[in-house]
Amino acid sequence: MNTAPLKRFLNWFESRLHLAEVIGPSATHSVPQSARWWYVFGSMTLTLFILQISTGICLSLAYVPSGNEAWESLMYMNYELYMGWFLRAMHVWGSHLMITFMSIHMMQVFLYGAFKFPRELTWIVGLGLFLCTLAMGFTGQVLRWDQDAYWGLGVGMAMVGRVPWIGPELVHFVLGGAIIGSEALSRFFALHVFVLPGALFGLIGLHLLLVIKCGINETPTPGYHVNKKTYFEKYETEVKKRGMPFFPNAAARDMVAVAITLFLVILFAMLFGPSGPIGKPDPVLIDTAPDPDFWFMSIFAVLALLPPYMETFLIIGFPILAATILILLPFISGRGEKHWKRRPFSVIFLIFLMLALGALTYLAYIAPWSPVMNAWRGIPTPVAYVKGRTPLELQGAMVLQNKQCRNCHALKGRGGHRGPQLDDIATRLNTDQMIRQVIQGGGNMPAYGKNLSPESVTAVVSFLQTMHPDWEHEPAAGFPMSPRKTQDADPPVF
Amino acid sequence: MAENFSYKEAPDVSMLGEGPRPEPPRRTFLFWLGAAMNAAVGVMIALPILGYVFSSWRGSGWQKWTSLGKEDQFPKGQTRLSSYVNPFKTPWDGYTADTPCWVRRMEDGSFTVFAINCAHLGCPVRWFPESRLFMCPCHGGVYYADGTHAAGPPPRGLYKYQNRIVDGNLEILAGRLPTLQQST
Repeated sequence: MNTAPLKRFLNWFESRLHLAEVIGPSATHSVPQSARWWYVFGSMTLTLFILQISTGICLSLAYVPSGNEAWESLMYMNYELYMGWFLRAMHVWGSHLMITFMSIHMMQVFLYGAFKFPRELTWIVGLGLFLCTLAMGFTGQVLRWDQDAYWGLGVGMAMVGRVPWIGPELVHFVLGGAIIGSEALSRFFALHVFVLPGALFGLIGLHLLLVIKCGINETPTPGYHVNKKTYFEKYETEVKKRGMPFFPNAAARDMVAVAITLFLVILFAMLFGPSGPIGKPDPVLIDTAPDPDFWFMSIFAVLALLPPYMETFLIIGFPILAATILILLPFISGRGEKHWKRRPFSVIFLIFLMLALGALTYLAYIAPWSPVMNAWRGIPTPVAYVKGRTPLELQGAMVLQNKQCRNCHALKGRGGHRGPQLDDIATRLNTDQMIRQVIQGGGNMPAYGKNLSPESVTAVVSFLQTMHPDWEHEPAAGFPMSPRKTQDADPPVF
Repeated sequence: MAENFSYKEAPDVSMLGEGPRPEPPRRTFLFWLGAAMNAAVGVMIALPILGYVFSSWRGSGWQKWTSLGKEDQFPKGQTRLSSYVNPFKTPWDGYTADTPCWVRRMEDGSFTVFAINCAHLGCPVRWFPESRLFMCPCHGGVYYADGTHAAGPPPRGLYKYQNRIVDGNLEILAGRLPTLQQST
């Protein structure tokens, strides 16, 4: 085949652009041969970013950033616009996977000691990418203008409002006004579509430049210590002796990983579809409990579990503290051992972090601290607890339902878990203690003294005094005295 | 020629090296003049942009007396959900400018109007008339009928609007999202 015309055509551009001069050496620069499958997650994240840009531009063709119409435009995309649901699904699953793979990439870099000398700046720019991507996640969730977005933004503003001194000004700055409405949506639209992607483009450029200029981290061997004086020499010999050109050798692995990544996005988008929008963000529809997307669930859990006096400090202080530590990490431990087998503290820290995040995320999904708002009218009283009870006790069972006690107290596992389950409460509190607890509250229980008549208190306490574990209700053979017997006594009188 | 042409032979002008040195006095003056002119127009552009972007800073200006309707519609001794249209709405805010609030009318006819937002993190609290409690679905904040803190993480009681009666109408001083350091 005569390739001369093609060569001539390319040369015409090259003699003007000098592109091959710039890109050629970068694409074929030598990388350590030890860079294997664990090194593909950065490329996967970058691919997803490009996918997010592409699908995002498509979404912007139909999305209307107006408080009154955004939700409708999303519904239109889901149900009327051809393939609208699929584009939305790819965008949201792309974002989930981008955050996931970015986190894996970051953990790999941490465990392989790749943040150490001379790649401190690569790590710091990477942190910037991480923060911007999380910010994309949050702002994107706001653009999904539904009840979760509306009240989720309210949660965000309640947190921002706690910043010392300038809290309220910051809230009004972020909202572009004083309420969650159109101007707030427009600000988040500008952030999500212009500001943050712009920042990401710049940071990605820097990150890649640093990857090329400082080289890809060699897979560490236990026992090798990073030394600023000898590192470059050693890296160069390693690359010269056992290096390979990035393109096509190392790039082949990346290409396989990238294809799998995109396939996963398509698969998840087809299987699970787009995310929401759930209910219309009409603020007057207050029967709603907002949930953030999964990557913020752990924060949501922390906010429920912290003692109030620590809250403001941790909401404001913890992110600053965490960011500072991560930025300083390559300077605190920029030399020395690279291999994770010789860095037990790092490994333990990472395991602890993963366990904590996992546990908090799990807790956030079951949310035991939230009252179950319709338990009192929606969940039946277990039959076993009303069989053979006196009228007064039955009245108490009614009070327990009607006064919303079950929003926080479960019976047979059903109901709220804010307070203790009541199935065996009679084994823990006697009549007087129960009366005191109901009337005065305490230990996170409101005082019902003003809200329950003395008759209701009598009834509910006599019902609760029947709450023994099942086995206590069955008189054992040859044991005529069962705890149930006490119920034959007169109810307490106040 | 084209057959043998290599891009390496084409001159890359940016690589041609330094030009002749500028004559110092006049060029230096021009350089600093250019810098000063750009600084001046930079400020002239930056100030309106900053003013525009921060125009939502009005201190305590985001408040206006807003009507919740006739006072007679609120029965004595009860707490009812009401709503108002935010006085600072834009035309395209639509329904997002409708703001709910809880109106409690005491037996003596006076009012307490609570913001819908939990003092913990702003979720919408719900009133349960049977147990006379406000409960928040997010993190389990609970308030008594008078808005005081009953249980859970909120650091204070419910936010309250100032209210007054004008010509038989219940009015509240409203317009901004209440937060810990700047309630309604």
